[in-house]
Amino acid sequence: MQLSETVSSGFFFLAPWLVFAPLTGLLINLIFSKQFKFSENTVGTIASLASGAAFVISALLAYSVSAGHGEAVSVPFAQWIHIGTLQLDWTFRVDSLSTTMMLVVSGVGTLIHVYAIGYMHEDVRFKHEEGRFNRFFIFLNLFIAAMMILVSGDSYMMLFVGWEGVGLCSFLLIGFWFEMDTLARPSWANSNAAKKAFITNRVGDFGFLLAGFLMFWHLGSFQFDAVFKAAPAIAESAPWVIVAITLFMLVGVAGKSAQIPLYIWLPDAMAGPTPVSALIHAATMVTAGVYLVTRSAPLFSLVPQAQYIVAMVGAGTALFAATIAVGQYDIKKVLAYSTISQLGFMVAAVGMGAYVAGMFHLMTHAFFKALLFLSAGSVILGLERGHHAHAHHAAHDDSKSKKKKEGKHALSKVEGKKEEEHGHDDHGEVRRVEPVETFDPGDMRNMGGLRKTMPVTFWLYMIGTLALAGIFPFAGFWSKDEILLDASLHFPSVYGQLVLAAFLTAFYMGRQVWMVFFGEARTDAAKHAQESPKVMTVPLMVLAALSILGGALNLPFEGFHNLTHWLGHTLGEVEGLPLDLKVAGISTVLALTAILVSWLIYGRNPLKAGQIDPLKKPLGFIFTGMENKWFVDEGYFALIINPFKQVSQFLADVIDWRFWHDFVHETVILGTYNWLSGVALNEYADQKGIDAFANWLGDATQWLSANMRKVQNGFVRSYALSVMLGVVLILGYLILK
Amino acid sequence: MTSDLIVFLVLSLIAIASALGMLFSKNAVYSALFLVLNFITVAVFYLLLGAPFIAMAQITVYAGAVMVLFLFVIMLLGAESLAPSQALPWQKPLAFTLALVLVVEAVYIILSRAQLTAAVASPDASLNSMDSLREMAMMLFNNYLLPFEVTSILLLVAMVGAIVLAKQEKVGLK
Amino acid sequence: MVPVDYYIALSALLFVLGALGVLIRRNPLIVFMSVELMLNAANLAFVAFSSVFKTFNGQIFVFFVIAVAAAEVAVGLALIVEIFKSRKNINIDELNSLKG
Repeated sequence: MQLSETVSSGFFFLAPWLVFAPLTGLLINLIFSKQFKFSENTVGTIASLASGAAFVISALLAYSVSAGHGEAVSVPFAQWIHIGTLQLDWTFRVDSLSTTMMLVVSGVGTLIHVYAIGYMHEDVRFKHEEGRFNRFFIFLNLFIAAMMILVSGDSYMMLFVGWEGVGLCSFLLIGFWFEMDTLARPSWANSNAAKKAFITNRVGDFGFLLAGFLMFWHLGSFQFDAVFKAAPAIAESAPWVIVAITLFMLVGVAGKSAQIPLYIWLPDAMAGPTPVSALIHAATMVTAGVYLVTRSAPLFSLVPQAQYIVAMVGAGTALFAATIAVGQYDIKKVLAYSTISQLGFMVAAVGMGAYVAGMFHLMTHAFFKALLFLSAGSVILGLERGHHAHAHHAAHDDSKSKKKKEGKHALSKVEGKKEEEHGHDDHGEVRRVEPVETFDPGDMRNMGGLRKTMPVTFWLYMIGTLALAGIFPFAGFWSKDEILLDASLHFPSVYGQLVLAAFLTAFYMGRQVWMVFFGEARTDAAKHAQESPKVMTVPLMVLAALSILGGALNLPFEGFHNLTHWLGHTLGEVEGLPLDLKVAGISTVLALTAILVSWLIYGRNPLKAGQIDPLKKPLGFIFTGMENKWFVDEGYFALIINPFKQVSQFLADVIDWRFWHDFVHETVILGTYNWLSGVALNEYADQKGIDAFANWLGDATQWLSANMRKVQNGFVRSYALSVMLGVVLILGYLILK
Repeated sequence: MTSDLIVFLVLSLIAIASALGMLFSKNAVYSALFLVLNFITVAVFYLLLGAPFIAMAQITVYAGAVMVLFLFVIMLLGAESLAPSQALPWQKPLAFTLALVLVVEAVYIILSRAQLTAAVASPDASLNSMDSLREMAMMLFNNYLLPFEVTSILLLVAMVGAIVLAKQEKVGLK
Repeated sequence: MVPVDYYIALSALLFVLGALGVLIRRNPLIVFMSVELMLNAANLAFVAFSSVFKTFNGQIFVFFVIAVAAAEVAVGLALIVEIFKSRKNINIDELNSLKG
C-alpha cells in the first residue's frame, strides 16, 4: 500500500489520458460535427474510439501495475487547491483496484458506445429528432471522462468531482428526451425523472460532503493514504468520528448506488435511452458507491458497527428491490429493480468486509446487466420496428388520418404535390404531438413470442438471465456465490435475506423471459418485431461471452483466486475461500426452483393479450404492493414531499406573500414610505417646511429690496443724511463700548 | 478769566454766529459773505495758535480766492435763492436731531477726556518770528516734498478739469 | 491760557454746523460752502493740536487741506456751472434721476 515514485517506468504517464481521451472525442464531436457535417457513423466511431482509447490505456495501466507487482502508483497531474494545510492536487492513483474499475468502465463503456451507434440511429428516428444523435455521444463521452476522474482520483475530493460529474451526466442522459411525449408517458415524465435522480443524489452527496468535512476536520486530509494512515489513531481516541464518517459515506453510497432509502430515482431513470440505462444505471455509475466503500476499506474495517449497518442496508435493499421487480411490467423497470437488488448484494458484500466478492460481483454484474439492458433495448427497438412496420402496413387499408402521419411518403406519391405540401406543414406543426401513442414498446404485456422473431436477442437475453439468476457455470453464479459464502460464514441474517433475494431474482427473471420471449405474440407489434442489426448484436455477443466466462476471473479453487490476489495488492491479501458445496448447492437449487415456479405460472399457460397477471389473484394485496413498488414513492410523497410542499406553500402564501409581502412590505414598509414621502416629507417637511422657507426667503428678499430701494431715492441730501446717521451711530458705539 | 480766554470766547461767538448766518441765510450771497467772516475769524484763531503762515493762507486762499470764486458763480448763475420745495419733508427735523445728537456725543467725548487739559501754547515771540516760518518751510520741503509736488499736480489737474468742464462745446469730437 | 479742549469744542461745533448745512440746504453752492466750513473746523483742530504738541506737522497738513479744498472748489464749481447749463436749474433735490 505504499506509493512508489517510479512514475517513469511503465505506462503510468498515460494516466491523465484516461480523462482526456474521452474529452478529446467529446470536443471533436462538439466542435466539428456540425461544421463538417459528420455522419452518424463518424460521430459514433469517434466517440467509440475515444472510449476505446481509454480502455486501451486502462489495460496498459493494469499491465504496468501487474508488472510492478501491484505497487500503487500516483501520477501527479495538476495543482488544485492549496490553502493553508490543505494540499489538494489532481493526482491519478493507479493501483489494482482503480485499474479494475477503469477496465470495467471503459470496457463495458466502449461496447455500449458501439451498441449505441445502432440503437440511437433508430431511436432518434422513432422520435423524429435526428439532430440529437450527436448530443448523445457527447454526453456518453463526458460520462466516461467523469467516471474516470472518479475511479482514478487520489483523494476523496477528486473522487467527489467525478462523483458529481457522473451525477450530472446521469441527469443529462435521463432527461435526454426531456420534452418528448414518448412511451405513453407525458412529456414531463422524462424531465421529472432526471430531476428526481439529481435531487435524490443531492441528498446522498450531502452525506458524502459531511463525511468529507468530518474527515478533513479530524484526519486532516482528503488524500486516501493520509486518511487511512491517520484513521487508526482517531479510531482509538474517538471512534464515533470514524463511525460518523463511514455512516455519512453510506448516505452518499445509498444515493449513488441506489440503496434504501434513496434508491427511488433509479427505476425512474429508465426514462433515459437504453444504452444509458445499461452504462450508467446498471454497469458503472451506480457501482461508484460500491467502489467508494471498497476504496475506504481501511476506514470501514475500523468500525464493525458501521460495517454491519452497511451490510444490513445492502441486504435489505437486495430483498426489497427483488420483491418489487416481481410485480413490474416494464421490461426495463424489472431490470432496474434487479439492478438495485444486485447493488444491494454488492453493498452487503463490501459491508461484510468481503471487498473482493463485492468487486467481483460488480464486474460480473456489469457484464450481464449491461447485456440484459442492451438486449432489452434491442427488444424494445424490435417492437418499435414491428409497430411502425405494422402501422405502415395497416395504413394502406386503414384510417385516412393514420395514413397522413404514418405513411406520408407513400401518400405523397399517390396524391400529388398538394397533399405533400400539406403533409410537410402538418409534419412541422405536429411533430411533437405525433409520437404520442398509447403503444408502449417497453411493456412486457405487449410482447410475447419474440423467441421466433428475434432469435439472436433471445439467446443473448437467455445468457444474461442465467448469469443473473446465478446458474452454474455463468459468471453470476461464481460472484453471487462468493458473496453468499461470506455471508453464511459471518452474517446469518444477511445470508437469509440474500438467499431469498437470489430466489426472487431467478423468479422474476424467469417471469420476464417467459413473458417476453415465449407464448404467443400479444400485439401486432410483437408479431412483426424485427431483429436488431449487427452493430447492436455484436457488442452484445462480446458481453454475453464475458457473462459466461467472467466467473473465471475468480474461481473458488486453489490457484484460481486471480481477482482476490490482484485486488489483494490494494486491499490487503486475504485468503481466497474454497467452494462451499452446501452454499452453492442451496443457491443453485433455489434458482432452479424459482425458474421452475415461474414456468409453472407464466410459461405453461402463456399470458394472453389483456389478461391480468396470474400472480395477482393468489397473492392479492401483496402483489398489488409489488406492482406499485410498495407505495414507497407515495410514502415519500406523503411523508416528505407533500409536507414539504405544504410547508413551502405555507411559507410562500402566508409567510412570504401575506406576511412579508402584504403586511411587511406593502403595509408597513410601503405604507410608512408612502406616508413618509407623501405626507410627512412631501406635505409637511417639503411643502410646509422647506418650500415655505424658500418661498419666505424669496418673499422676504423681495420685500426687503422693495423697501430698500426707497432708500436709494436719488436725493443727495438723504444720502448725506445716511452718512451722518452712520457717523452718529459709530460714534455712539465707540462711546458706549 | 484771562484776556486770552476772553478773546477766544468773543471770536468763538463770532465764528459760530457767522456759521449760523451762512447756514440760515435765504440769499446765497449773504451766506457767502457770512462764510468769509467765518474764515477770517478762524484765521485769527490760527494767529492766536501761533500759525501765522496758515492764517495768511486762510485769508488769501479761502477768504480771498475761494470765496470770490463762489460769489462769482452765484452771481453768474443767478442762484441767490431757490424756490421752496416740498421734497424730503422729514429731512430737516431728522438733520437737526442728528446734529444735536452729534453735538452731544462730541461734548461727551471732550468732557470724558478730562485728563487732556493741556493748554495751547500762547503765541510767543519765537513763534511769531521768521524762524518758525523757516522751520516750517524746511520741514515742508524736506519731509513733505513728495506730497507737496503731488499737491501741485493735483492743482494742475483741477485747473485742467475746471477748464474742460466750463468750456463751451464748440470743438466736439471729430 | 485757553485749554485746547475749547478749541476742539469750537471745532466740533463748527463741524456739526457745516454738516447741518449739507443736510438741510438745497442750493448746491451753499452745500459746498458748508463743506468748506467743515474743512475749516477740521483745520482748526489740526492747528490747535499742532500748537499743543509744538510741532509743525499739523500746520503742514492744514496747508495741504487748503490746497485740496481749492482744487475741489474749482472742479466742483465747474460741475455746478455745467449742470446749470444743461438743466437751467441747480436745485439738488431735482437731481435725483439716479435712484432705485
